[in-house]
Amino acid sequence: MALLEIKNLTVEFDTPGGVVHAVNDLNYSVEAGETLGVVGESGSGKSVHILALLGLLPCPPGRIVSGEAWFDGRNLMALSDRDLRSIRGGEIGMVFQDPMSSLNPVLTVGRQLKEVLTRHTNLTGRALKARMVELLDIVGIPHPEARLSQYPHEFSGGMRQRVMIAIGMACNPRLLIADEATTALDVTVQAQILDLVRQLKHDFGTTVIWITHDMGVVAELADTIQVMYGGRIMERGPVRPVFHDPRSAYTWGLLNSLPDEGARTQRRLYQIPGSPPDMSNPPPGDPFAPRNPFATERCHREVPPLRDVGNMPGHKVAAWYDLPALLAAQSEKEQTP
Amino acid sequence: MTHFLKDLSRSRAGLFGFVLLVVIVALALLAPLLELPDPTRGDLRARLAGPTWEGLFSPGAHPLGTDEVGRDILSRLIHGSRMTLMVASTAVVLGGIVGTVLGILAGYKGGFIDRLLMRLVDIQLAIPLMLLALLVVAALGPSIRNVVLVLALTSWIRYARIIRAQVLSLREREFVQSARAIGASTARIMFLHILPNVLTPALVVGTLELARVIIMDAALSFLGLGVQPPTPSWGRMLADGRVYLSSAWWTVTFPGLAIVLTVLSVNLFGDWLRDYFDPKTRSAK
Repeated sequence: MALLEIKNLTVEFDTPGGVVHAVNDLNYSVEAGETLGVVGESGSGKSVHILALLGLLPCPPGRIVSGEAWFDGRNLMALSDRDLRSIRGGEIGMVFQDPMSSLNPVLTVGRQLKEVLTRHTNLTGRALKARMVELLDIVGIPHPEARLSQYPHEFSGGMRQRVMIAIGMACNPRLLIADEATTALDVTVQAQILDLVRQLKHDFGTTVIWITHDMGVVAELADTIQVMYGGRIMERGPVRPVFHDPRSAYTWGLLNSLPDEGARTQRRLYQIPGSPPDMSNPPPGDPFAPRNPFATERCHREVPPLRDVGNMPGHKVAAWYDLPALLAAQSEKEQTP
Repeated sequence: MTHFLKDLSRSRAGLFGFVLLVVIVALALLAPLLELPDPTRGDLRARLAGPTWEGLFSPGAHPLGTDEVGRDILSRLIHGSRMTLMVASTAVVLGGIVGTVLGILAGYKGGFIDRLLMRLVDIQLAIPLMLLALLVVAALGPSIRNVVLVLALTSWIRYARIIRAQVLSLREREFVQSARAIGASTARIMFLHILPNVLTPALVVGTLELARVIIMDAALSFLGLGVQPPTPSWGRMLADGRVYLSSAWWTVTFPGLAIVLTVLSVNLFGDWLRDYFDPKTRSAK
């Protein structure tokens, strides 16, 4: 059964420059135990839709036009602020991008960890303290007892992100959402954090939504990848087929703009032409069409629905064209002078 | 506490301010036990007697001289400090609580509350504070309670403005979103997450305000709208003594010096306190 199911979610922002269509008719679901990697560039709606479904979107200027988000039999969009608050931090944990500013600088780490625990559990006194120490220990912070009475500035970036994960995991949430959680960290620390999350998933069976713009992170962590662009899903499916057999020109462009690991090929990195769409005036059809060298006339005119492709179940793409056929035709043309 | 003193001993200015403040407060608190001459009883045979060290411990000595009706200036200074310190600190704390709460509310909630409060501040800032104070005291009558209220009234706007500006930047910080993401309510965020972050600026404003309010209290007394005679007050002593400035300098010099030293000690100590409360400069306990 799906743990989270988002239906027809549309989010807009009212700005002085007009209405920005941040998320457009988004539909997807996350199975219990699954790790979903959501990738996309800035402005693709990947963070905004998560904030919207947790009720964290600043309104105004944000506006949830329509949509349902079913979490464990409850529609998050219809819950009162009070009910939503008891889900946030309790059943759904969140980890944000910047560990440098996500912790309150004037409160000790222990104080902040305590807050989430007292808010959502009945632990008190010694049991509470023991749980706090245990949590810091789980996320791999040495000398947890001493660390509890320290302030955030006494922690390194990686250690602070571990604290954030400890806070996110404190009440054994069923869903952990990480928004660019490793982006602000350097590569070695990033690898440690990914290991930690994989370990936690293994130990606690938590469902994870990992939002990032880094394809490498998704490849390492996720079961399912979902590529977003212009507030829509462009392609979605199990990680392997999406990486090896991309069906959306956008996914293909992203993968081709990554350097090949270890290979010393002299291939020039692909560059996706154009610039991100102006979402206050989005293209009428496929949002990626203006930057897509393979776009057909229909792409410019009509929004493509998400359809099944390939031979792996769950692999879907929103495109009017057939990318493998187009790529084959292109390479044939290059070979015959 | 030991950490506090250890840290304090490393700052010469902070230590100086702290010791001076402790001495002033101790003198004020212990005034009834000091066997000083009655500050309200004059001795016309000893009018405008100059400061003298002669017979310092004998009952009739006036180490800082006497005023125009022969009252002992040292005794009046010490007794006067009780009133000044009590009035000023009550007013600053009162104004500080009101100003901080309203500043947080305006900054975090924004919208109508923010506009309303800030217009109120603007209006009040457009009226000279002294004029406002004179008006209110003249209307309500000069009593200790009214002086405290009026000083608090002139004080809250400074807190409110500075705290609001701080909150405006704080509320956009990620830790506020993190707090919301763990299910904290708006009130909880305002007073558990934002408030500790603005205590340091509030404290700094507080020390500046205490200094300002002490001077303003003296000014109100000087104008005859403060604590009423015969209760001694520093501002009143200045007012009464200014006539004799050329012939009996001690009548105004010592009350003036008392105001200067008190304000200076508060400022020096406040400066150090700000550094002390900043977690970035504070080392692990």
